[in-house]
This record gives sequence, C-alpha cells and structure tokens, in this order.
Amino acid sequence: MSAFVELHDVTHVYGGGEGPPAVAGLSLGIGEGEFAAIVGPSGCGKSTLMKLATGLQRPKAGTVIVAGREVTEPIKITGMAFQNPVMLPWRTTLQNLLLPLEIVQPHRARLRANRAEYVERAEMLLETVGLKGMGSKYPWQLSGGMQQRASLCRSLIHEPKLLMLDEPFGALDAFTREELWCVIRDLHAARGVTVILVTHDLREAVFLADRVFCMSARPGRIIAERRVDFARPRDLDLTYTPEFAAVVQELRGQIREARVAA
Amino acid sequence: MTRASWLKLAPYLFTIGFFLLWEAACRVFAISAFILPPPSAIWAALVQYQKPLYTNAFHTLWMTSAGFGLAILFGLALGLLVGSSRLIYAGLNPLLVGFNSIPKVAVVPILVIWFGVGWLPPVLTAFVISFFPIVVNVATGLATIEPETEDVLKALGASRFDIMTKVGIPRSLPYFFGALKVSITLAYVGSVIGEQNASNLGIGNLITRASADFNVPLIFAALIVLAVLGVFLVAIVDIVEARMTGWAKRSQLGNA
Ligand SMILES: Nc1ncnc2c1ncn2[C@@H]1O[C@H](COP(=O)(O)OP(=O)(O)OP(=O)(O)O)[C@@H](O)[C@H]1O
Ligand SMILES: [Mg+2]
Repeated sequence: MSAFVELHDVTHVYGGGEGPPAVAGLSLGIGEGEFAAIVGPSGCGKSTLMKLATGLQRPKAGTVIVAGREVTEPIKITGMAFQNPVMLPWRTTLQNLLLPLEIVQPHRARLRANRAEYVERAEMLLETVGLKGMGSKYPWQLSGGMQQRASLCRSLIHEPKLLMLDEPFGALDAFTREELWCVIRDLHAARGVTVILVTHDLREAVFLADRVFCMSARPGRIIAERRVDFARPRDLDLTYTPEFAAVVQELRGQIREARVAA
Repeated sequence: MTRASWLKLAPYLFTIGFFLLWEAACRVFAISAFILPPPSAIWAALVQYQKPLYTNAFHTLWMTSAGFGLAILFGLALGLLVGSSRLIYAGLNPLLVGFNSIPKVAVVPILVIWFGVGWLPPVLTAFVISFFPIVVNVATGLATIEPETEDVLKALGASRFDIMTKVGIPRSLPYFFGALKVSITLAYVGSVIGEQNASNLGIGNLITRASADFNVPLIFAALIVLAVLGVFLVAIVDIVEARMTGWAKRSQLGNA
C-alpha cells in the first residue's frame, strides 16, 4: 500500500547540521483519509515531525513523500494549526480566517469577486467552534482558547486535503475540548481529509484516531503503533466504556516505557 | 476635578508654569536680557519681528518637509530592501552604522562645495540626518518577523512576496512610525543647521544674523518658533501613526 504521507528513515538536526538530532530514524506511513494521532514525551520531536511533513523544515537525511511526491518545499495542500495560535494582530478574526484564501489557489483568484460567499463560509466555521459573531473582534480581544479555536478555523477554511493539528486543544477547558473533538470528527467524516494530530491527551488520541503512533524521547522515532478499531461514527459516550479505557491504559504503558528508555 | 481632566490640562499647566518660573527667575535675580531675556521680552521680540519670523519659519518648514519627504521615500525603499534579505542586511550593516555615526554637521561643507549656498544644502542635510532611523527601523521590523508567523504563511505555500506584503509590511508599520517621530525632529535639526551654514533664508539663517547683531531676544524668539513648529510636526506624525497602527498600541494595552 502506498501511503499518502510517508517518512522514510528521516533524521533532522536544527541549526545547520551540527548538534544532536531532534528526530532520528523516523519512519511512518499514513494512508489517504486516515486519522493519525502522534503522542510522545515533551520535546521528542512531534512538532518537528509536522514541520518535516509539510516541508517547512528539510530533513538532513531520509525522504518525506506526500501525495506521491517528494517534499522539497512547503506543500500547498495542507491546513495547519500550530501549538500557539499565531494570529496577525492587525487583522480582525474574520480577516485572519480569510488569510489562507488570499494565498492558496484557486481561492486566491476568486476571493475578490466572491468575497461574500467566503465570508459566509468563514462565519459558519466560526459558529461551529462557538465563536459566532466574533469575526469583527481583533485577536487580542479574544481569550487564549478563543484564539486557538479561531486558528483551527483558519486551518480549515481552504478545505485542505491534509490537516496538521499540533496540540490544537491544549489551551482549552475540558468541555470545549470535547465539543471540538466532535467538530473535527465530523469534519474528517464529511470531507475525508487526512488528519495528523499531535496531542498529549491519550483519550483525545484514542477517541479521534484510526491509528495512534508513540514516539520515543529525543531523538524521536516511532516506537509503537496502535490501531484503534472502534466503529465510526464514534460517540462521546464511548470514552467512558471499559474497552476505551483499556486502550488508553495500554498506550499509557507504552509512553511510560518511552520515558524510562530516555 | 477628575484625574482624567487633570491629565488633559497637565501639558498646558506645565508649559504656563515653566514660562512663569522663567519670568520670575529673570526678575528676582535681575538677569540681564542680554544673557537670558525673560519671556515678556521674547514675546515683545516675537511681535516686533513677526514678519521676518513668519517668512523664515515658512521657509524652514519647507526645507524640513522636503528633506523629510525624501528621507521617507528612500528610507522606506532601502529599509524594505535591507530587511527582506539576510545577505543584504549582513553586507550593508557596517556601512550603515558607519555612515550613521558621522556627525551630519560635518557633511554641510561638502554640500556647500557641491551645490553652493541655497535651498539644496538645508534640504539635503535634513535628508541625510533623518534617513537612517527610518532605514534601520523598517529593516528591523521586517527582519524580526516571528518564525511561527512566517511558518503559518509558508505552510500555505506563500511566496516571499506574499510574506512581505501580508506580514512584513504591516508588522513593520509601527517601527516605521516610531522612526518617523524621531526623524521629523532630526530633519528639522538638519534643515536649521543647513540654513545656518549655507542659506540666505530660514530660521537658521535668521539666528545667524541675529547673533551677529547681538539681538538676543530675537534669537530666543526664533528658538521659540522652532520649538512650536517642532511640537506641531510631531503632533501630525502622532495623528497619522494612531490612524495607521492603532492595533499595535491597543494590543499592548490589551495585554497589560
Ligand atoms: N527552532 C529550533 N531550533 C533548535 N532546536 C529546536 C527548534 N525547535 C525544536 N528544537 C529542539 O528539537 C527537539 C524537538 O522539538 P519539538 O518542538 O519537535 O518537540 P515536541 O515533541 O513538539 O515537544 P512539545 O510536546 O513540548 O511541543 C526539542 O528538544 C527542541 O529543543
Ligand atoms: Mg510541539
């Protein structure tokens, strides 16, 4: 099976080559339409993996292949939500959301003439994450969690084929977080996007993902992989079943091993 | 009265207080008007020489604006160029710092040799003196874009030009306006120096002539005119800045 996102024996060193690698011998393959979750100890290279897969960083060794092509420059089919929201403070939330459309084709060419349609799309997205009517606010008028949700919308607005989420729910309270799990779940089901989600929350990983990858401590590589076979669509109640708890327990054990091995 | 209204009145009260103190000091210590004229004598000079003061101030304003305009144009262009390329930034940095350390007064004789006495030396002095803060600030604003912000755009496949227009330029605007505030007063210094040394017109030239006549009240009157014009120019820049980059101030207030 040829995967949609493939990393072969990738090693990456920050800062021009010298020094200890951030990830080493990292290999993984994620199929088209699959939902993958990456877990691992802090500083193990999860964000680095995201940057490598999207071409924001070039590996020192190994190859990265996305959609059948080797990645040599930032690829244009991704939507990315970073660990911190990174909104542009001189733009309103709505204008921040429209930013990808000003860059990615074919929207870029259509934006001016079809602005109303796109604004409507943006406002609908805002509504799904509970930010209805907040479009005219500046990012600094929003709370951290609200900014995080807006940044999630920004990663979705251009309907990317590949969605990279780097701890997007880190700054949120438990209720909003579960609400957004459902938003992402439905989105994945409806559009068939490939999703790679980095998270510290094992329940989140098990609830959302088809496969969970565990990374070792720095230099990071994949040390375990767990298929999650719960039927879709999954309901939040699932998270309170013993079967679910068992999978979470098993993963917790693997992470503990990864930390001890460090 | 509320604290807010005191805050509003404070600039006027302090200014009036300053002049009252000055007047009182001159009278109490019986300081000769030849050393330090009291505000009342300066006021008399202002009234007496209002015509020459007016025409010369107008000329100085022109020289300053022309030099400042040139500085904005070239400063912005060079700043964008320097800030957008690490190579150019590294290469030009020592040159810029070196050129910036030359006291610009020392350049005036060269300008006189090149262009003779007239309007060009004051304009060019204003230009060279106010040019650098703009270049340096704009370049800094561009060169210090957070890598995360750049990543957001790069991950969408943005070109360098996109990054420059969507992030670089908006982000460097507060730096640019910060520089303008410094530059406008510097431009003003430049044009007055130019006028003192190489012009037949302008407040600078008026001061030179007044000091040859030992007309101290007129010198002070000219200085007051300069000060008022300076406040006026900075106020204009302030207003423009507040319109263009309100987000920078408000976002700081919001974080505080
Ligand atoms: N820009 C950078 N320059 C140099 N070193 C870096 C840089 N970014 C990350 N690193 C190093 O690479 C390693 C992996 O970092 P990375 O951000 O990928 O970790 P992470 O798994 O995302 O951690 P966390 O869960 O805390 O977000 C870390 O040890 C970090 O010190
Ligand atoms: Mg990270």
